[in-house]
Amino acid sequence: MTTNADAGAAAATTAAATAAAPAVAAGGAAGGAPVSLTSLNRHFGAVRALDGLTVDVAPGELVALLGPSGCGKTTALRILAGFETADSGTVTVDGKEISHIPASRRDMGMVFQSYSLFPNMSALDNVGFGLRLRKKSGAERKRRAGELLDMVGLAKQAGQFPHQLSGGQQQRVALARALAIEPRVLLLDEPLSALDAKVRLQLREQIRALQQRLGTTTLFVTHDQEEALSMSDRVGVMKDGKLEQIATPSDLYSEPATAFVAEFVGTMNRIPGRLDGTGDQVSALGQTVPVTGGAADALAGDVDVLVRPEGLTIAAGPNGNGIVADRTFLGSTTRISVLLDGDHMVKVDRPSTVAAGLPPGTSVQISLPGSAVLVSERR
Amino acid sequence: MAAVAGQQLAGELAPVPPRVRTGAVRRFPFWRWIILVLAGLYFALPLYAGFRFSGLSSFPAVASQEGFSEAFTLSIRLAAITTVLTLVLMVPTVIWVHLRLPKVRRIMETITILPIVIPPVVLILGVLEVSPAGLKASPNLLALLYVVLAMPFAYRALDAGLRALDLKTLVEASNSLGGGMGTTLWRIILPNLRTALLSATVLTVALVLGEFTMASLDQYQTFPVWIVAFDQTSGPISVAASLAALIVTWIVLMLITAIGGRGRGGRGSGATLYSVARREPPGGS
Repeated sequence: MTTNADAGAAAATTAAATAAAPAVAAGGAAGGAPVSLTSLNRHFGAVRALDGLTVDVAPGELVALLGPSGCGKTTALRILAGFETADSGTVTVDGKEISHIPASRRDMGMVFQSYSLFPNMSALDNVGFGLRLRKKSGAERKRRAGELLDMVGLAKQAGQFPHQLSGGQQQRVALARALAIEPRVLLLDEPLSALDAKVRLQLREQIRALQQRLGTTTLFVTHDQEEALSMSDRVGVMKDGKLEQIATPSDLYSEPATAFVAEFVGTMNRIPGRLDGTGDQVSALGQTVPVTGGAADALAGDVDVLVRPEGLTIAAGPNGNGIVADRTFLGSTTRISVLLDGDHMVKVDRPSTVAAGLPPGTSVQISLPGSAVLVSERR
Repeated sequence: MAAVAGQQLAGELAPVPPRVRTGAVRRFPFWRWIILVLAGLYFALPLYAGFRFSGLSSFPAVASQEGFSEAFTLSIRLAAITTVLTLVLMVPTVIWVHLRLPKVRRIMETITILPIVIPPVVLILGVLEVSPAGLKASPNLLALLYVVLAMPFAYRALDAGLRALDLKTLVEASNSLGGGMGTTLWRIILPNLRTALLSATVLTVALVLGEFTMASLDQYQTFPVWIVAFDQTSGPISVAASLAALIVTWIVLMLITAIGGRGRGGRGSGATLYSVARREPPGGS
C-alpha cells in the first residue's frame, strides 16, 4: 500500500494492485512470509533517505523497489535486512515486529550487488555456510548445498572457489547460498547490475523462476526499470525517500499516478497544453481531452500533456501539425520522431510496416488519444 | 636498521590489492635481470664477506658460547609476546576502523607512523622514567615497547589485507546467513587475512629479533645485544652468529610464506605470495 501525502490517485491504483497480490501468493508455495514496512523514516545527517515509507509485501510475492540513485530504495532494503535502523517506523515479518532483532537472527536470504562469496570457501562450502551455522550435519549440508547448486545449474562447479567463477556464476552461487537457509524472505540488492547484458537476462529469468517455484517473499531493489517490470509481481517507484506509486507492471506503465512515475517508467512525450480552470480538461494539439490523476500537481494554465509514444496517433496529410524528422527501427515497431509546429519534438511508435510509408520530411498530423491524459507542470 | 628491514619486508609481503593482479604474466625483460643481479650482489657481497671472515668452523661454536642460549631464548620469548600482543591489539582495531570508522583511517595511518618518526632512544628513556618499578625490573617491558615499534608494520600489513577484501559486504553476507561477529571473524575474516596476518607476524618477529637500542638501554641481553657484546671477545664467532640468525630468519620466513599460501581459497597448495600476486582477479562475467 502507499501512504504518501499526495497519493490520492496512487492509493486507488495501489489498492487494486494490493488486492491482486494474494493471487500471486496462492500461486506460489506457502514458504513466504508477509512483510510490512510501515512509516519508515531515516536520515543520514541532513539527507532524508526515507520519508514515511510504507510497503506491504504479500506472502510469495516479488516486489521491486525502483528508483533513481539516492531515492532510498537500498536503505529500505537494508533496514528490512537489519543492517540499518530506522529513525522511526516499524518492520514486521509474519506479523511480528523485528526492528530489535539483529541481522544475524532474521533468517533472511540476501544477494548483494557486489560479489559477496567468501573467497576462502568453495562454491559448495559457500552454499553450506548458513546450514553449518544451523548445526546441520556435514552429510546433510553437502546434500542440500549440492541440490541448490544443481538448481542454479552449477553442480559441476561445486568444488571451485569464487576466483575461479565468472561474475554470473558467482551471483548464482550467492543466490543458492541465500536460498539454502530456506528463508521466508529473500532480499535482492541490485544483484544483476555488475553483470553483462546477456548474463543479466538469463539470471533474471532464473531468479524469477526459482522465486515462483519456492514461493519466497522477495523484495528486489533495482534502478533498472526493465528488470523491475519483467521480474516483479508489483513495482514500487520511489523518489526522495517516498513511494510515488506501487502497482503491477502493466498498471504502472499504463496508469502512472504521477508525472515522475510516468517519465521514470518507459518513454513519455511532453506536449505543451493549457489546463482549464477546473483542472478537468486540457487543450493541446488543437484538441481538448479529459485529465486523469496527477492533475492536482499542476496549476491551471500552461502545462505539459504526458502521452506515451504508442498513445499518439499519426497520419500523413498535406497540412499536418508536424514533419517526420527521423525514424528508429526497433523490430516490429518503428519509433518516429516528429517535429511539431513550435519546434517541439515528439516520438510516436507505429508498426514498422506503417512507419515505412512515413519517410523523413513527410507532413503528418499528430493527435492526442481520446482517453484521459496525464498533465504536469510546464517544463 | 630493524625498521628499514621491516619496511622492505612490508613491501614484499603486503597482500597485493586486486588492481595490481590484473597484469598478465609477461616475459621477464633483460634489463630487469640486470637490476636483479645488481641488487642481488648488493645483498650477497656483505654476506659473502661475512662468511669469509668468520669461516665455516665458527658456526658450530656459536651455540656453545656463554650467554648465547639465554639471549636467544629471551629474544624468542619477547618475539612471541610481542607478536601475540600486537595481533590481539591490532587485528580488532583495524577491522573495526575499516568496518565502522572508515573516516578514522587517515588518523590511524598518521598515529601508526609515529614510532618510525620518534627515535627508539627517546621512547625507551621516556618509558623508563615513568614506568612502575615492578615492570621496569622485568624484560617484559621491552615486549610492550616492541608492540609500539611493530605497530607501523603490523597496521600496514593488516590494512593492505583488509583493503583487498570487500569487508563490509562479506560481514553483511555472513550476518544475513546467521553469522554473529565472532563467527564472521573466525570463519570469514581471519582466513581471508591469512597473508596479512603472516606479514604482520613475520615483520614483528623480524623487528624484535633485530632490535638493539631499547634492549641495550634497558640493560637486557637480547640476541642482538649479545652479538655486539660478544664481538669484543671473538669477532668471527659474533659474525657467524649474525649470519646464522639471518639464515634462520630467512628459513622461518619462507616456511611461513609457504604454509600461508597453502589452502588459500583454492589458489593452489603452497602458493607463494609472488604466485598469488600474479593470479587473475576474480570477477568478470
